[in-house]
Amino acid sequence: MIEPRPSTPGTIDRAIPSSLNQLYQEVILDHYRRPRNRGHLEEATHAITMNNPLCGDVIELMLRVEGGSIAEARFLGRGCSISLASASMLTGRVRGKSLEQALELSAKFTHLLHGDGTLLSDDDLGDLRTLAGVSKFPVRIKCALLAWNCLEELGGGMEADGGSA
Amino acid sequence: MAKTTEMMDTARAAGATDAAGATGAAASDGSSAAAGRRAAGEASEGGAWDLAEIRAQFPILSREVNGHPLAYLDNAASSQQPLRVLNRVERYLRREHANVHRGVHQLSAEATEAYEGARRSVAAHAGTTDPSEIVFTRGTTEAVNLVASSWGDAFIGAGDEIVLTKMEHHSNLVPWQLLAGRTGCDLRFVDVTPGGTLDLDDFDRLLGKRTRLVACTHVSNSLGTVNPVREVVNRAHAAGALTLIDGAQAAPHMLTDVAKTGCDFYAFSSHKMCGPTGVGALWARRELLEEMPPYQGGGEMISDVRLEGSSWAKVPHKFEAGTPNISGVVGFGEAARFLADLGPEAIAAHEGVLKRAVLDRLDEIEGLHLYGPREERTAVFSFTYGDIHPHDLSTILDQRGVAIRAGHHCNQPLMDHYGISATARASFFFYNSPREVDALCDGLALAAEVFGGIA
Repeated sequence: MIEPRPSTPGTIDRAIPSSLNQLYQEVILDHYRRPRNRGHLEEATHAITMNNPLCGDVIELMLRVEGGSIAEARFLGRGCSISLASASMLTGRVRGKSLEQALELSAKFTHLLHGDGTLLSDDDLGDLRTLAGVSKFPVRIKCALLAWNCLEELGGGMEADGGSA
Repeated sequence: MAKTTEMMDTARAAGATDAAGATGAAASDGSSAAAGRRAAGEASEGGAWDLAEIRAQFPILSREVNGHPLAYLDNAASSQQPLRVLNRVERYLRREHANVHRGVHQLSAEATEAYEGARRSVAAHAGTTDPSEIVFTRGTTEAVNLVASSWGDAFIGAGDEIVLTKMEHHSNLVPWQLLAGRTGCDLRFVDVTPGGTLDLDDFDRLLGKRTRLVACTHVSNSLGTVNPVREVVNRAHAAGALTLIDGAQAAPHMLTDVAKTGCDFYAFSSHKMCGPTGVGALWARRELLEEMPPYQGGGEMISDVRLEGSSWAKVPHKFEAGTPNISGVVGFGEAARFLADLGPEAIAAHEGVLKRAVLDRLDEIEGLHLYGPREERTAVFSFTYGDIHPHDLSTILDQRGVAIRAGHHCNQPLMDHYGISATARASFFFYNSPREVDALCDGLALAAEVFGGIA
């Protein structure tokens, strides 16, 4: 790790604004730099790729659904720390959940990003609660939701199929 | 022309008041006055370039963002407007507005004079002596679409070839893809070198008997590369092809002499050169405009309308169907006069000083990768910084009042070419100060700290 050398030492306000500290928590940076479940899922039963045409972020979400529940989730893609950390956390949190439970989690996470502080005590959200700081940065909410939009698209398709897979 | 002088004096007075009263940009931006003088001295060696006075003419530059003085470094996306332009548009709306080219009453005559006066100013900016070669559009994008639809549909057929480059903005790419879909013509793309310049050898290979048009950007919106348009035009003409130059990123920064480039079509936008949004211009050689069919039908563009058919107005009105964005055009004209009064040489000199300062400072930052050439470039800087994604950089810089763009900059094929999905882009204009270069670099240091170092 190499710090950039400021060429005017002493003039920099070193304090990191609290809003940035809340946005870029260590857990998030860790998921960004060491994403969990990133890679191709050979046995995927469901997969979808979505992008954010405004910024170029792309996430492919792959699920292996067995007996109506998500046995495994993986993702591929490129994007900012918020979109990749959110995708990484998603793949961990939805494992073992039924489709209905996963979509319920998605709805709760969306509410959290829109500032619903009561969800901070909801253990079902787990590490996802560290992304609550995104609510102070409205233009970044779409980053945090990209992987979840994939999940909802897949969920909608599965419901149309009668929920079987 | 008396009106122009009057508006200039108003703007100067406004600037002087702010500076003397220490209430404007200079006050909220402690170091900028001194820094401005330093830059001004370097730029014009004691000439009339006074950065503090220039900044005072742009009210928005003195606001704060997130508790810090705004450092507006997103000028390649859209520039800010000076009091002179704001006042001219307001005066038009308050005193002169009516529809143009319609009425015999006084207001219509004044509105028409304001509108056509703007056409003369924009023509002068483009370096043409014939204002009827200027067609007002909604912007560069519509200007390119106008050529692709009108000229393209009339003169391009299946098997014809259009040569573009891999550094085109989507607005100088997608209209040609649409034309290819309609006509069956083929698109060819000139390669870009790793250093961010056009591969002219590749260009020569792509030119052929079927080449009908070469459409190329003057200045890359993401790399800042200044392309050798004179050379591009010469080679295209030698192959028997016409040329369209996308001047959106060039017109604000350099003397745009369409005659000197020798091109056939030149497109540019008002809002990147201190004018309002929603307005731009297409310059084209008069004989081309005369042989092209109308782009859209409606009022204003006609000469005679019968149920059996119609005839068209003379150029440029043949291409300006419907009531135009009159106040926008009036502001565009004032912006062109504003830039002319500042002087393209003085603008280029000040931007040159900023450009060298930014290059020197960015060079010092470990882990920062700058795209584009060192020479023959404008003060537009696309870069990546370690593994910090450009969106994250932009969010962090914004917390320090520094406005930059993050993303693909409507340049997805170019991003693919470099194997990246996005860059951070800081783009400077003549009103930017050395203090804002510091703010950018300090913001980058903060980003490294937030991310716990650069990986």
